[in-house]
Amino acid sequence: MQKAHAPKLYWSTCLWLMLLLGLTWGLGYINFGGFNLLIALGISFTKTLLIVLFFMHIKGSSRLLHLAAATGLIWLLLMLILTLADYRSRGWVATPNH
Amino acid sequence: MSETAGIVAEQFDDLEQQRDAAALGMWVFLATEVLFFGGLFCAYTVYRSLYPLTFAAASRHTEVVLGGINTAVLLLSSTLMALAVRASQLERRKQLVWLLLGVAAFGVIFLGIKGYEYHKDFVGHLVPGSGFEWHETNPQVAELFFSLYFAMTGLHAAHVTIGVLIMVVLSISAWRGRFDGGNYMTIEVAGLYWHFVDIVWIFLFPLLYLAGHR
Repeated sequence: MQKAHAPKLYWSTCLWLMLLLGLTWGLGYINFGGFNLLIALGISFTKTLLIVLFFMHIKGSSRLLHLAAATGLIWLLLMLILTLADYRSRGWVATPNH
Repeated sequence: MSETAGIVAEQFDDLEQQRDAAALGMWVFLATEVLFFGGLFCAYTVYRSLYPLTFAAASRHTEVVLGGINTAVLLLSSTLMALAVRASQLERRKQLVWLLLGVAAFGVIFLGIKGYEYHKDFVGHLVPGSGFEWHETNPQVAELFFSLYFAMTGLHAAHVTIGVLIMVVLSISAWRGRFDGGNYMTIEVAGLYWHFVDIVWIFLFPLLYLAGHR
């Protein structure tokens, strides 16, 4: 049976999540140009990591679960990268009859 | 006979193997959910990369304070969910029932705030269709942004609604003692689902509400 953690772990994770929420929200009012999106996504990934590791107990789980958890993200990245590679490269090369 | 005999299904050697199988099944389901939402995130990414300025302008018309409060509501609900899994591991029945009801209550608060926000969007003529009004440049792209906004938050709200129903049903089962005797997998698996729904919102909040700096 998996060991039950002390409530302190969950409340400190909650505190970090709230601090990161405040950070995203606050930085949303400052203009960093193109970096706003990167900063916001960086904070979102950090929050996700905290939730996945501590709330969803991936920390301390089997390798098989680590792999299953990573699968969704890997397929999502494949979809985003391949789709954007198409859209962003349109018009790079002149096509005849167009 | 071990004390967990009634809980471990026939096909499993022990409780731990059963717990791993349940968690694996849920993670595989969540991978399909990532791609379910992923299609919408992909559409959003493509159109935002094509029309960054209009997306930023449209994003400034969303209710950032309500969206931010709702993020905090979901983060708190996730914390209660994690504590609920702990309560079921420690077989604290009463605590488990209250925590599950707390998660459901936060879910209902989230839906209430979201509903109020939809009402404000409707009154502000931001719902795509014949009633859509846009007084800045590129009205069609702004309408596209709000189509994605309603599709993404709507699909998310549907998931929250399902989550609330699951929590209510589980709290009744917990109250009847169905999760006594080390049988905490059901709560843990439901928790994985709830945390996933929280994570989706963690990405929706900056992408939809903070696309352009305020």
